[in-house]
Amino acid sequence: MTRPEASPTARTRSSHLVLVACALAAFIAVAALASLLLTIAVEGTGSLSWKFLTSFASRKAANAGILAPLAGSVWVCVICALVAIPMGIGTALYLEEYAKKSRLQGIIQLNISNLAGVPSIVYGLLALAAFVRFFGFRSGEKPLSFSIEWSELRVLAPGNPDSFWFVQAPFGSGVLAGGLTLALVVLPIMITASQEALRAVPKSLRQAAEALGSTHWQVAWRVTLPAALPTMMTGAILSISRALGEAAPLLVIGGFLMVLQTPTNLMSDFTVLPLQIYNWSGRPQEEFHRIAAAAIIVQLAVLLAFNALAIFVRQAFQKPLQS
Amino acid sequence: MSSLAPVPSILRISAAIALLATATGALQSPPDHKSLRGSVRIDGSSTVFPLTEAVTEEFAKIAPKVNVTVGVSGTGGGFKRFCQGETAISDASRPIAPSELSMAAAAKIDFIEVPIAIDTLCFVVHPKNDWMKSISIEQARRIFSEGGPRTWKEVDPSWPDRAIKRYSPGTDSGTFDYFKEVVMGKDGTIRTDISVSEDDNVLVLGVAGDLDAIGFFGIAFYMENQSRLRSVPVIGNAGTPVVPSAATVLDETYLLARPLFVYVNAKDAARPEVAAYIDFYLANVSSLATEVGYLPLTKDQLSKATANWAARRTGTQFVKDGKRVEGRFSKLYK
Repeated sequence: MTRPEASPTARTRSSHLVLVACALAAFIAVAALASLLLTIAVEGTGSLSWKFLTSFASRKAANAGILAPLAGSVWVCVICALVAIPMGIGTALYLEEYAKKSRLQGIIQLNISNLAGVPSIVYGLLALAAFVRFFGFRSGEKPLSFSIEWSELRVLAPGNPDSFWFVQAPFGSGVLAGGLTLALVVLPIMITASQEALRAVPKSLRQAAEALGSTHWQVAWRVTLPAALPTMMTGAILSISRALGEAAPLLVIGGFLMVLQTPTNLMSDFTVLPLQIYNWSGRPQEEFHRIAAAAIIVQLAVLLAFNALAIFVRQAFQKPLQS
Repeated sequence: MSSLAPVPSILRISAAIALLATATGALQSPPDHKSLRGSVRIDGSSTVFPLTEAVTEEFAKIAPKVNVTVGVSGTGGGFKRFCQGETAISDASRPIAPSELSMAAAAKIDFIEVPIAIDTLCFVVHPKNDWMKSISIEQARRIFSEGGPRTWKEVDPSWPDRAIKRYSPGTDSGTFDYFKEVVMGKDGTIRTDISVSEDDNVLVLGVAGDLDAIGFFGIAFYMENQSRLRSVPVIGNAGTPVVPSAATVLDETYLLARPLFVYVNAKDAARPEVAAYIDFYLANVSSLATEVGYLPLTKDQLSKATANWAARRTGTQFVKDGKRVEGRFSKLYK
């Protein structure tokens, strides 16, 4: 069997070709992002000021600020993170460490993988029925409400809507309903990422712990989870980034556009940065497009802040693995 | 009103100016609402949003502790939430529909209907354009349709054989939406070679600087620029041209206008913060309407609206026995 003369050159040529194609793909992706960021920076930095960050919406672009959507986004994303991250990790732990390989487990697994691809607006509709309206509970009437008076240690009914400890049923379209909606949207991502993280933990680690007589829970809590946490945090970053950028499901549950107060409790009405950006960029006047760009810069800053937190957690927990 | 002259009479315009002038007066000195608390949830039409936004912004200055929130789910979407009891006030760019009325009745929601302003549309051409004496809605549809006439002559054989230049407000504006709705109709496609600007001043400059131009925007904006442009009378229901003016809009011989409303949940109207908000709305809507480009109601209509609100008169005047009542707003509204 003789090799054709041209073969080595053809092989190297195709190898080069793939390199060029990959480099080009990377370059196009980065260039598109860079040009987007550059346009926004050029258009938006002029409107960024302390006043812009601390003012409420206005019909005049010069007076308009983003305090309400900024506070709304932070509230909603914190609630989303507090719900989605523990639930995601818990579900992953159950599916990977506890559940027996059964038909039921297979169905749950299939559902989770498919849910990740469901359009977020569908979650919005579910959340509207479940969280905002409690499936029609007390529809058309005043919701049940109560609040806790810590100084007197008693529960007020009806509650005082100015109190931080104010809750009502149904929730209505407040920050709690918003946060839960976003938690629904990001849960599949969080679960899948956590599962991947648990799978990456070497079997030998678990076996060693079990050989020393640890219970299932001790293995999961002391060995598997710490080893998987850094990777899980990457999943958390992805989830929160997604939550921060969502507008559609919040619009469906009845998110408002013009809000002139920051949230004071879990039931407060709110608006979020993507909604405000959408509204401003859709207005006829050029000045509103500029402050929309400024709002995008603020949104990116909030995103980086959330991610920095997750990276910090990841660094703090990262231990060298020896297997 | 079918005997109107096809050219704007000085009388009419001056009447319109007088009307606008009274409307643009300073905001009324408000009662003290500093201690008022609570929340007012509003949702509904994106056309009414700029007006409600302006009123809300001004209201927040005198009642800083009242939390007013405004959404834009559209007129229909707003009524859905309203009928769930989720919002106290619903913005609407049309009267409540029979189906929405039965939805409200089923949910046992009583409401007070409050007209607030008039949304309008008028066609403008160069002042030296001496051939276009009037425009029918059919002609307007052809001029702005994809595949429509290229030159004036193709619209009307007696008009010049020169290409038409078209100007339109941006596709995001409420005026454009309204134009699509009443002029183009459901299956009309708007042509793509139109000069579009989000800035109405650019449209004025464009039309004022081109003999063969035609454009459209809200009447309030034309009023401010009538020295540089000529408005084209629109063929009315009687078959005669009607000059766009505050008067012809308000007596509804001019076709391209529609009233805007807010609907207030009667239960919520008993809350002092909601009552104060609507009181403030009615007291200031006329000046703010002019600012955001809508036509204020006549004094008579506004006082009827105010009286109906003060009496907390519930129900709609535009649906009877499950059917939409046809007719002019000014005749129907009592």
